[in-house]
Amino acid sequence: MTFWQKNLILLSFLLFFWFLCSFGFGILFSEYISFMKIGGFELGFWFSQQGSIYVFIILIFTYSYLVERLEKKEKK
Amino acid sequence: MEAQTLTYIFVGLSFALYIGIAIASRAKSTNDFYVAGKGVNPVANGMATAADWMSAASFLSMAGLIAFLGRDGSVYLMGWTGGYVLLALLLAPYLRKYGKYTVPDFIGERYYSNVARVVAVICLIFISFTYIAGQMRGVGIVFSRFLEVEIEMGVIIGMGIVFIYAVLGGMKGITYTQVAQYCVMIFAYLVPAIFLSIMLTGNPIPQLGFGDKLLNSDIYLIDKLDKTIIDLGFSPYTEYSKSLIDIFCITAALMFGTAGLPHVIVRFFTVPNMQAARRSAGYALVFIAILYTTAPAVASFARLNFIDSVQNTSYEDAPDWFKNWENIGLISWMDKNQDGKMQYSSGSPFVENRPVFSDERGSLGERLLENEANTSSSNEVYLDRDIIVLANPEIANLPIWVIALVAAGGLAAALSTAAGLLLVISSSISHDLMKQTFMPQITEKKELLYARLAAGITILLAGLLGIFPPAFVAQVVAFAFGLAASTLFPVLFMGIFSKKTTKEAAIGGMLTGLVFTFSYIVFFKFISPGLNNSDYWFLGISPEGIGVVGMILNFLVMLLVTKFSKSPPESVINLVETIRRP
Repeated sequence: MTFWQKNLILLSFLLFFWFLCSFGFGILFSEYISFMKIGGFELGFWFSQQGSIYVFIILIFTYSYLVERLEKKEKK
Repeated sequence: MEAQTLTYIFVGLSFALYIGIAIASRAKSTNDFYVAGKGVNPVANGMATAADWMSAASFLSMAGLIAFLGRDGSVYLMGWTGGYVLLALLLAPYLRKYGKYTVPDFIGERYYSNVARVVAVICLIFISFTYIAGQMRGVGIVFSRFLEVEIEMGVIIGMGIVFIYAVLGGMKGITYTQVAQYCVMIFAYLVPAIFLSIMLTGNPIPQLGFGDKLLNSDIYLIDKLDKTIIDLGFSPYTEYSKSLIDIFCITAALMFGTAGLPHVIVRFFTVPNMQAARRSAGYALVFIAILYTTAPAVASFARLNFIDSVQNTSYEDAPDWFKNWENIGLISWMDKNQDGKMQYSSGSPFVENRPVFSDERGSLGERLLENEANTSSSNEVYLDRDIIVLANPEIANLPIWVIALVAAGGLAAALSTAAGLLLVISSSISHDLMKQTFMPQITEKKELLYARLAAGITILLAGLLGIFPPAFVAQVVAFAFGLAASTLFPVLFMGIFSKKTTKEAAIGGMLTGLVFTFSYIVFFKFISPGLNNSDYWFLGISPEGIGVVGMILNFLVMLLVTKFSKSPPESVINLVETIRRP
């Protein structure tokens, strides 16, 4: 596989989580997961007002770390 | 010392700081002026991006908006942060690798066409101007409320400050002033939030206090809030009231729009390389998240606090802040049942949208209204939601220096965003229109002069829009996102991820997105506002969310036209391969 193909797979994988935590847990399946609670928050509510933002940050730094490793290999 | 004097000192000191930084880091070349010499540290750039991003609306209005929209406010929280994932993963590193000065620059070269470049400039100017007018207005409002000068005078002072540091310093100047502005802004936002959180839940971290139990009680704050507002006839705080498809589309339009906003993208041109661009987007989101995760907490504290201190309280015992804001005209009380107590519930207290005060006072000292009472609701209290953040320090009984700090923070938020927008407008004029399209023979020195001139003229126009705001400004700011999502985002994305997309496809795609989104919004907002409800919307999608449909159309047009047009020249395919290479 070329560097670019590996990069595309990595991107699709991370964007899946991006979609799942915001549009999925925060909006579409929010009702189905709201029986679970974090402190006083129903899980769906928490994802839409706090959780998705934390996940976004983790996704960016994860991508940055993994793709830099790929890039180093590519340059060798 | 009086609050007024303290506010003057805080605001004066912060302005002196911004100007000092601008003089120290003034631009000497077009490279400095457009992209700060491409030498900005990723953390500093992250901070500057956060200040650039968080406007007067984020700082002053967002918590208030969420307090009253409840769960529906999530669209702003997710929409205005999720776009950074798209930026960091899909656009910023490649555009940085490309390495030129502006967003239309990339579009013009990737799509080997000056027509594409000019169409991109038109989209950019439309998006940025609707946005900047709102900022100048925000500057005017903060000045007039806290320093008691006229809104017009406030706008002129704000214009003067931005003029000094944007025209002198260019991108280099505004980057380092934005770092300072971020610090002022975030400190001003967090101090009242932390105090409120301790006051209500005993937890000093607002993000945790939001999900914690109330002080000396076994009830969760969020459950209490839900119960309280349902009892008053509002819809529950934790459930969506709009349809899911609309929530979905608005969130998506804001996310893709964020990723396509030129003044945000251009910030990633200032860092040394593509790795730094990615990390910088991560830092930017961290700095943004500090405010954006605090905002919903502040919203719930404020909503609960407001109801607690107002509901069924007799007007004579109303807290001072209530009467202060009533004097300014952003709170009002109409004693419909003549019991001397304030009743707050769902529905508008009067038939009109805003209170109209007579000059007289009632027997309890309240300001009398000339509005016609709304008999279908028992609500007696009007509250302008924009005051939530400004009133918080008073509601929480905080010392007066906190009030002064919040004023300086609001100004920092408005000025930093205005300066960032100003720069993308002026550089797209001096660089894309003049140097690259119409006057390619001008020297760098001349180009720099034109860039400064364009910045000066843009400030004047923005100031005029702030002083004489056209009625539609407030309504269209949110649509800047729809337009960015339906025009610039798809073209930038395809420019990087597809080698085959042709110039005809890009021009056709941008124009389709622009015309479709623009006409849908104009039709429902201005031509037939009476039809602006879900019965008439396309698939139940409101004008706020229609940018997503425009974006999909843009992609479809690009794919289709690419099939039927001559493939791009070899040099463009090489360009795409170069920007993909690490």
